[in-house]
Amino acid sequence: MKKILYYVNQFFGQVGGEEKADIAPTFVKESIGPALGFAQAVKGQAEVCGTMICGDNFFNEHQEEALEFLKKIVTEEKPDLVVAGPAFNAGRYGMACAGVVDFCLKHEIPVLTGMYKENPGVDQIAGKALIVETANSAAGMRKALPVLSKLALKMLSGEEIGKPQDEGYLPRGKRETVIVPERGSLRAVEMLIKRLNGEAFETELPMPVFDNVSPAEAIKDLSKACIALVTSGGIVPLGNPRHLQSASAQMWTKEDVSSLKQLTGSYMTVHGGYDPVYANAMPDRVAPLDILREFEEEGYIGHVYPYFYATTGTGTSVANARRFGQEIGAELKEAGVDGVLLTST
Amino acid sequence: MVKEIERYGIPIVHMATITTISKSVGANRIVPTTAIPYPVGDASLEAGAEHSLRKNMVKRALDGLATAISEATEFEK
Repeated sequence: MKKILYYVNQFFGQVGGEEKADIAPTFVKESIGPALGFAQAVKGQAEVCGTMICGDNFFNEHQEEALEFLKKIVTEEKPDLVVAGPAFNAGRYGMACAGVVDFCLKHEIPVLTGMYKENPGVDQIAGKALIVETANSAAGMRKALPVLSKLALKMLSGEEIGKPQDEGYLPRGKRETVIVPERGSLRAVEMLIKRLNGEAFETELPMPVFDNVSPAEAIKDLSKACIALVTSGGIVPLGNPRHLQSASAQMWTKEDVSSLKQLTGSYMTVHGGYDPVYANAMPDRVAPLDILREFEEEGYIGHVYPYFYATTGTGTSVANARRFGQEIGAELKEAGVDGVLLTST
Repeated sequence: MVKEIERYGIPIVHMATITTISKSVGANRIVPTTAIPYPVGDASLEAGAEHSLRKNMVKRALDGLATAISEATEFEK
């Protein structure tokens, strides 16, 4: 029977939450977490030979070591397919799954993963591998597993994989030759008429969306510059008086820090996506106001902008993050800020 | 957020641990940091050593703001 190796993070591997995000990889010859439901769905046609579990922080901070471990397992187990995730909209998990996918592509092992379309892991492997499109949270697991297992079985049997919208994976940007009854000019005119009438139509050639912002001009004289501090690390005054969300942020906060030498002592983190122990002990580790003050005193920079901006970067939609950036940027521009440090966790 | 702020023409440095994410979201000036729970710090060091690491890292970020670039650039140690 065909063998499938399953990859999950510490959470889905049932080791623990954020406090276990830096655990080193382990391998068990059992189906853990989503691997269990997946194994049942492919029962009789394929088997899960085991589950690799690795902390999200560990994978992202020690990728070489994590991949070395994966290499050892695939050498021993010789799986016919590797399945990673689904990672939904968890950024670090998505990046880890993308790392597993990249490794498998390099070693010519068939591989499959699942993610929400805005997961940063998608960009990493877009077009190179099959990524099942999932909901943005683990609530979508029940829907995701049947799609994953069906695609997995097709890959294992060498059956033809259909179109993205039929099979449930994210488009890879591939073009295929198909025979259609009407010639191109006719289809184009029909599309144009629909468009002119304001009706829905489906393009046959979606244009890629490039949205790069070119680098802003460098600061000419740091010693005269006004520098603002922004973070997505969820750093707020003790007690979180403005009620910033700990995940999926809907807002940003702005605090007057002009009288503070440091954030430590009067600030804390509400971010739900990393172990808060180190940031609560010393929030300047996430938003280094103390160091900026030192550079200000030394005259290395002109001055620190009096207001400090923060939001929570975990699970936050791209649309909201874009809006926060637009709103904060407008204020900084208006205030004549010369440069920004934005820290992320 | 980084991209939208830079769209106003203000130079911005993204200080982050997973720099592949920084690049994929379109950050142009990037300073790699230590770890996710303490990007601009290192809880495993003693206070003095952590302070000099932090100072060095922020200096790299400030110098990055004052460096002319034409494409995404990581300001390493």
